[in-house]
Amino acid sequence: MKVAFNRKDLLSIRELAAEEILTILDTVESFKQISTRDIKKVPTLRGKTVINLFFEASTRTRTSFEIAAKRMSADSINISASNSSVSKGETLIDTARNLEAMAPDAIVIRHPSAGVPQQLSGMVGASIINAGDGAHEHPTQALLDAYTIRERKGSLDGLQVAIIGDISHSRVARSNTHLLTKLGCHVRIAGPRTLIPPDYEKLAGDSEGSLTVCDHIDDAISGSDVVMMLRIQRERMNEAFFPSIKEYSIQYGLTLKRLALAAPDCIVLHPGPVNRGVEISSEVVDSSRSLILDQVANGVAVRMAILFLLVERNVA
Amino acid sequence: MEFKLKAQIMDAAGITRAISVLASQIVERNVGTSDLLLVGIRRRGVPLAERIADKIQQLENDRPPTGQLDITLYRDDLSTIGPRPVVNRTDIPEDVTDRNIVLVDDVLYTGRTVRAALDELVDFGRPRRVELAVLIDRGHRELPIQADYVGKYVQTSDSEIIKVMLSDYDEEEQVVLVENE
Amino acid sequence: MKLLIAGGRIIDPGQGIDKVADLLIQDGRVSAIGSGLSTSDAEIFEARGLIISPGFIDLHVHLREPGEEYKETIRSGAAAAVAGGFTSICAMPNTDPVNDNASVTRFIVDKAREAALARVYPIGAITRGSAGVELAEMAEMKEAGAVAVSDDGRPVMNSQVMRHAMEYARDHGLVVVDHCQDLDLAAGGAMHEGRYSTLLGLKGMNGAAEETQVARDIMLAGVTGARVHIAHISTAGSVELVRRAKQEGMSVTCEVTPHHLALTDAAVEGFDTNTKMSPPLRSEEDRAALIEGVRDGTIDAIATDHAPHHMDEKMLEYDHAPFGVVGLETALGVVLTTLYHSGLVELSRIVEMLTARPARAFSLPGGNLSVGSDADVTIFDPSLEWTVDPRQFKSKSRNTPFAGWPLRGAVVATFVAGRAVLRQ
Repeated sequence: MKVAFNRKDLLSIRELAAEEILTILDTVESFKQISTRDIKKVPTLRGKTVINLFFEASTRTRTSFEIAAKRMSADSINISASNSSVSKGETLIDTARNLEAMAPDAIVIRHPSAGVPQQLSGMVGASIINAGDGAHEHPTQALLDAYTIRERKGSLDGLQVAIIGDISHSRVARSNTHLLTKLGCHVRIAGPRTLIPPDYEKLAGDSEGSLTVCDHIDDAISGSDVVMMLRIQRERMNEAFFPSIKEYSIQYGLTLKRLALAAPDCIVLHPGPVNRGVEISSEVVDSSRSLILDQVANGVAVRMAILFLLVERNVA
Repeated sequence: MEFKLKAQIMDAAGITRAISVLASQIVERNVGTSDLLLVGIRRRGVPLAERIADKIQQLENDRPPTGQLDITLYRDDLSTIGPRPVVNRTDIPEDVTDRNIVLVDDVLYTGRTVRAALDELVDFGRPRRVELAVLIDRGHRELPIQADYVGKYVQTSDSEIIKVMLSDYDEEEQVVLVENE
Repeated sequence: MKLLIAGGRIIDPGQGIDKVADLLIQDGRVSAIGSGLSTSDAEIFEARGLIISPGFIDLHVHLREPGEEYKETIRSGAAAAVAGGFTSICAMPNTDPVNDNASVTRFIVDKAREAALARVYPIGAITRGSAGVELAEMAEMKEAGAVAVSDDGRPVMNSQVMRHAMEYARDHGLVVVDHCQDLDLAAGGAMHEGRYSTLLGLKGMNGAAEETQVARDIMLAGVTGARVHIAHISTAGSVELVRRAKQEGMSVTCEVTPHHLALTDAAVEGFDTNTKMSPPLRSEEDRAALIEGVRDGTIDAIATDHAPHHMDEKMLEYDHAPFGVVGLETALGVVLTTLYHSGLVELSRIVEMLTARPARAFSLPGGNLSVGSDADVTIFDPSLEWTVDPRQFKSKSRNTPFAGWPLRGAVVATFVAGRAVLRQ
């Protein structure tokens, strides 16, 4: 049986075909099982080196990748920006060459500037995994979100999904928009006008599903099968994007009352970390509708699957 | 890859008979079915394990539990083989510790698949004993591994391939010897 | 010393000439244009099939000397200029130190004379240090050779300061060149704000950041009577503003770069920092409006905004890479390939935008082949096919968005005051 995913890097969801995405999701299943065993390890990537190169603080995602690598028996090494020479003004080419000299098999990179994983992928032979580049993409997050939805709903085709919040600065929104529309979902976006970027409705291009930017959050939530809440950063308040946290949470926060507008079996997702009481109320976070913790568990399995598919790709 | 059919090793009836023999040998050696667990190695070891379990049910009025093992993640040759196989679920419904396990596969050749299956199996726990049942043993071992129960021994050359065809996956039920062209 | 350029098609829009003829140069000046000119003791340059044009004039070049000689020097920039057919270039003042006083102006003039390649006309700063607060010594700089003033790289945000600058510049016969960009609207932006900035997750600079300043400058020009030149115009809205201002008889001129005529924000996909410049590459609608502005004469000049950067400096995250691309050596090829060979713009219009109209915009000598004028001549083959290889550049820098592009049209020879400064 042939596998429809044979790439050196995972840089974005946008460049993936629907078949590739489905192949990845189908592969995740077996990896999830490993985390239920007594010995949570398979020898597949024994002797391989995975470098986590994080220019942005992120314990959660980095830990997830670290655990994923170790469960595949790979050696996992963390490099954070303050430890590298990049903060001293090293060029990207030098960063790449220094990494290459350590002969890693995969480099997981998170960076505050869009495009860095792509710029590096041309310069190194290792597999590059984009763990988040600026506001551009966060492919593994979208994959674990899709897997979580599919686990609960059976299939993604035809689902109504609402993505709410600071779309402008969100790589999670973009990656999810690409993935969900490619797999046939009807995606509805809502948030403060100041935080919705221009021409967002054109993002999906010609995909199977549909993409609508709604005027009001209630329009997006109404009848939804999945509601995805995005984290709002308090700093945006100081940059004149919205007046106050209080106003934000009243106008755009997800409460049980708002959630009642959605379909009766609607599930709630959030990429984390959660701002309780701001974009999402505690009652919703702690309710049975929330699959936030499932997302985290699935994150490890998804990342194991990605490491496997990239590092053990068919080089023949 | 193109194949040239050279000989039919077993027809459908032959397969059924071989399974019966394997089932009774397993029951005899294990003195019944208690603590028995049949684990089929994907893909074709799985339906074989099921059929052996069914036959044991007929003989002993007790069907041993069955599981399935996907050894892809334990292979030693992943990046060099052709189109990469899909990784499928490994499903072992019972705790393996203190069990008498019989691994079931269709063809025993180099022994590497069984080596990978053993590595994976012990990651699940500590079986009391592990045995191996195969429909066909075609020789050419590259590791010190042997089957405890064999349906048929077939002499082959390296350029030949044994194809076990089962109704679960293929059109006709038979075992054939083909030339790799 | 006589040089006869024989049998080429002479396109001199400044004199309304477009015909196959001979050009006779004597003692560094244009001596005659006609057929069957006397060839006795003249060196002959066979120009059949080629175009003979007045030497090109580039109103907007960054030479980086003094201060950043590792990127470009006046000599290397002048060499790149003549390689691109430019016999005169105007050097922007954002050097280190800024050219905001006569001694820096004189330094540039002297260095250019030493290099003896393209003519270099310094543009002085509008404000001291280009900080946008106090006026620079425009009169002194003009005496030293400055032909216009600009704070290019930055706008003059304070409208009162800009008003005074225009009034003062007017008194001294200097054109005010503005880099129109509202710094607050554009803050942090790395590309054009639109569909592609949304797709790529990069912060965008809305076209309004340019248009609001263009509108302001046009109004202040009306108030002060100054001559204003809009640098590197890039949006449809800006073109329309200039069009209307010209219709109302105002003395506003503008220029466009070859890269804005050839590329759009779609080029940023892939995050190659050689697509990052200010103003940024805009939408296809904007590009179409720029081409229309070229066709109907709203846009006066083609100017490269040649902005050299060392490879190390560009080899950064897209957000952090400096703005700017080189352009002197690819300008003709890009413009001919994109506009002429595609049938959009006539050859004479293109030549006009490289010669007569830039000369007029800044009141510069040259820009035509009138008898008695200095023989600054550019000879090019409009059909010659070549591929852009940055390693072959005469410029010290390689930051071009056109690397590997197949182009049609290239300079064959360049003469400054009758002397061949380039011969391919």
